[in-house]
Amino acid sequence: MKKHLLSITSNTEIARNIFEMKLTGPGTATMTVPGQFLHVSVGKHTSKLLRRPLSICDVDLEKEEVTLLYRAQGDGTKQLSQKQTGEIVDVLGPLGNGFSLESIDESKTALLVGGGIGVPPLYYLGKKLREKGMKVTFILGYQSLEDSFYIEQFQEIGETIVTTVDGSLGIKGFVTDAMNQLTSEEPVIYSVGPAVMLKAVEQKAPGLNGFISLEERMGCGIGACFACVCPTETRQSGYVKICSDGPVFKMGEVVL
Amino acid sequence: MSRLSVSLPGLNMKNPILPASGCFGFGKEYAKWYDLSLLGGITIKAATLEGRFGNPTPRVAETESGMLNAIGLQNPGVKGIIENELPALEPYNIPILANIAGSTEEEYIEVTKQISASPLVSAVELNISCPNVKEGGIQFGTHYKSAADLTRKVKSVSEKPVYVKLSPNVSNITEMAEAVEEAGADGLSMINTLVGMKLDWRTGNPILANKTGGLSGPAIKPVAIRMIYEVSQKVSLPIIGMGGVSSAEDVMEMMSAGASAVAVGTANFVNPYVCPEIIEKLPKLLDEIGVEQISEMTGRSLRQWKTPLSSR
Repeated sequence: MKKHLLSITSNTEIARNIFEMKLTGPGTATMTVPGQFLHVSVGKHTSKLLRRPLSICDVDLEKEEVTLLYRAQGDGTKQLSQKQTGEIVDVLGPLGNGFSLESIDESKTALLVGGGIGVPPLYYLGKKLREKGMKVTFILGYQSLEDSFYIEQFQEIGETIVTTVDGSLGIKGFVTDAMNQLTSEEPVIYSVGPAVMLKAVEQKAPGLNGFISLEERMGCGIGACFACVCPTETRQSGYVKICSDGPVFKMGEVVL
Repeated sequence: MSRLSVSLPGLNMKNPILPASGCFGFGKEYAKWYDLSLLGGITIKAATLEGRFGNPTPRVAETESGMLNAIGLQNPGVKGIIENELPALEPYNIPILANIAGSTEEEYIEVTKQISASPLVSAVELNISCPNVKEGGIQFGTHYKSAADLTRKVKSVSEKPVYVKLSPNVSNITEMAEAVEEAGADGLSMINTLVGMKLDWRTGNPILANKTGGLSGPAIKPVAIRMIYEVSQKVSLPIIGMGGVSSAEDVMEMMSAGASAVAVGTANFVNPYVCPEIIEKLPKLLDEIGVEQISEMTGRSLRQWKTPLSSR
């Protein structure tokens, strides 16, 4: 694990309050596992001390470039959104355990289900699963048309079904409403989003064949501060640390 | 003797820097980032008799130049710490300060007996100032008599020197320090976090599931400096200073106020390398002001203040 100083190549708003930040530097060479995150410092001379855990959306190893998508919601991420091309960003990572690409069953369909700011890591994951020869289908949930992003990019990888809460784009409703309409044989599910969504997705997944990635407020990001724990019945300790044991877990492994 | 070395009861440290309890787990997470033998010592996360799961999440909230936490003393229990966590620290050969907590006097006493008997533990830090648990912790740390009683009892069973970690959430921290000195404490750790709260203005609900939490980070450093400055004039115990320290300059300031060693807490979350970076920079700062031994820094502000200008 390492600290890297990466240089911003672009930082633009691609949907309402959603920013795409591209960063470049040699440190990107280690960012090969989808589902991992970078712990991003907002800046040195700021009263916002803590880093922001942002999941990796895409990595271009040849260009030494990593893409992060984030929502400018609080003061810290708003400051991040003001940063200009050429500015240096201090990141730790890649941190956490991402989605395993070993021992996957290429004969199965992968169903990637994301909600809101949980959507970004599914892009890198979808690309990797496709490279492995899996058929990939996405279900992406947003609040509304204005909040939606990256749909064309996802469509290049696989079939992409969109849901919006207000019905302004795609199916009206939640990602689980779209799951109801799928009739394919039992897929392997990969899901990222708020806990309430993940819980609903698990309920729609017979056999719990798949993986989820959790979101939580973090302190250190490396497993030392015990801020981002989640209960589990599968370990003797009774808990997992989302930052260092996760953020990716097998379905059913943690209590949502 | 190296110019950075400091010597406190039970703690012979090659430099005055150690991570603060609760900000460094049991060390193994940071061992992935650097060689822990660089540290002057290490304070491990609080031990209770039985394992504790701690509070519901969210457990942290960022504030201006600081953060609130309400972890709730999550730990695997003293037996698990002795068997599974301490041995991993042995290879680094640095003093280990074991933080102990409890809900009752009996629990504190039993935890002290067990953990102070470990040959790997150099000293214990009596945590009577955790603001985030319903029972125990701070209730012992905000009444002079209960703090003194508990110190006396823990001291009578401890096989190692006892440092009492003081709460800033009191009307007079000096009286508290005097009470635990009288009760036989070997040293003081100060300060623990300040109780605080943050609300979501849209909903009016607290951010932390525990509603309140302990404020740490640079925001509290002036409070820590003031309290260490005052207490160090009234007691003769060595002080491990802490509270918002995030740079070598902060360490020099805190030692000037009266600390003999300095613990770094929240800054570890911001920069995992902060402790070794501070240690590396300290000799340069000593050179800058012409001081040979860092131990000469302790209480320097007080000495200067007491020396009449005419005698210089």
